[in-house]
Amino acid sequence: MRLQEALESLRPLLAPRAVVAANGHISRALQAVADAPTHFYMIGSMGLASSIGLGLALARPSLPVTVLDGDGNLLMNLGALASVAAAAPRRLVHVVLDNGVYGSTGSQRTISDRVDLAALAVAAGYRSSTRLATPRALRNQAEVLSGPDAAGPAMLVVEVEPPVPGEVVPPRVALGPRALRDRFRASLGAWES
Amino acid sequence: MDRGGQLRGLPARLGGGPLKEAVRGAELAAGLRERGFDFYAGVPCSLVAGLIAALESDPGAGYLAEVREDAALGVAAGAWLAGRLPVVVLQNSGLGVSLNALASLHALYGLGCLLVVTWRGEDGHDAPEHTIMGRAMGRLLDAVGVPWRVLDPARWRQDLDWARGQLVERPGPLALVVRAGTVA
Repeated sequence: MRLQEALESLRPLLAPRAVVAANGHISRALQAVADAPTHFYMIGSMGLASSIGLGLALARPSLPVTVLDGDGNLLMNLGALASVAAAAPRRLVHVVLDNGVYGSTGSQRTISDRVDLAALAVAAGYRSSTRLATPRALRNQAEVLSGPDAAGPAMLVVEVEPPVPGEVVPPRVALGPRALRDRFRASLGAWES
Repeated sequence: MDRGGQLRGLPARLGGGPLKEAVRGAELAAGLRERGFDFYAGVPCSLVAGLIAALESDPGAGYLAEVREDAALGVAAGAWLAGRLPVVVLQNSGLGVSLNALASLHALYGLGCLLVVTWRGEDGHDAPEHTIMGRAMGRLLDAVGVPWRVLDPARWRQDLDWARGQLVERPGPLALVVRAGTVA
């Protein structure tokens, strides 16, 4: 499925949940599909989306948190799988949009075609881990995981197509980093700690 | 200073034991908590073993053992965004892997975080793996825009006040550098 289709199917896991979107196309596509104050666009610090999500979840255990990661991002900081699993935040869902390439730098291949990311999450200790290839299956799973009884940390590895050469990428994140910070922080004020 | 106890390959004060006026780890932990620091993560260094032990044994503080220093910074960023005042404890060897997080996350967005960084390799009196980072540390912190000062065991409370004041006034990363022998 296309990245935009995947994000549409993931709507149950987007705002009003707190969402940390990985840098590059993932943040840009999320902003285009569904911008919201509870979405934090990580424009640098590649690899750290899941760590930021873990910090949110530990600081506010009642806050439902979604991490929108990429395969390149996850592979850059695989240790985060162990950290997340060890801390076991129940309301955290870790989505990996796996297109097999570094999309923002010209679609050079990652190694995700030879490494089973979903199995790594299970081995680390995630409570569930699923690999999904269709929008329908993704939507169903997103609905299940957004429910009050869902027990995280949960991993969803989503097979998405790499960008087509010449494809128009959604625009860069519009707000500056300080404005993003303030908007996001203010949006969490309503959640109890 | 009596260097009779100096161990080969260790900093003079590390080998010679703590300074007379060293801050106890439990005191430092309590001082941090009194100033509102309420989220702790890091990767250990022997120079702050007393601090980490005090944080780990204090259920009110808690300490997240992280796998890498930049991951600890990522977690601290999330915690700060959720309203906490975080501290990341690390050895200066971990500063190298943390530079991108400091530059493109904490400094860029202005996310509050106190780094307690140990100074291995100060003056070159240390194991060889620490000498280059020991020399470069201050310049690296300056280069990525992290204000820092050395934690002075004689006036450590003022140093913590400074850190707290900076973080409230102008959120961003800043560092207290811990020399060998400063924390018992």
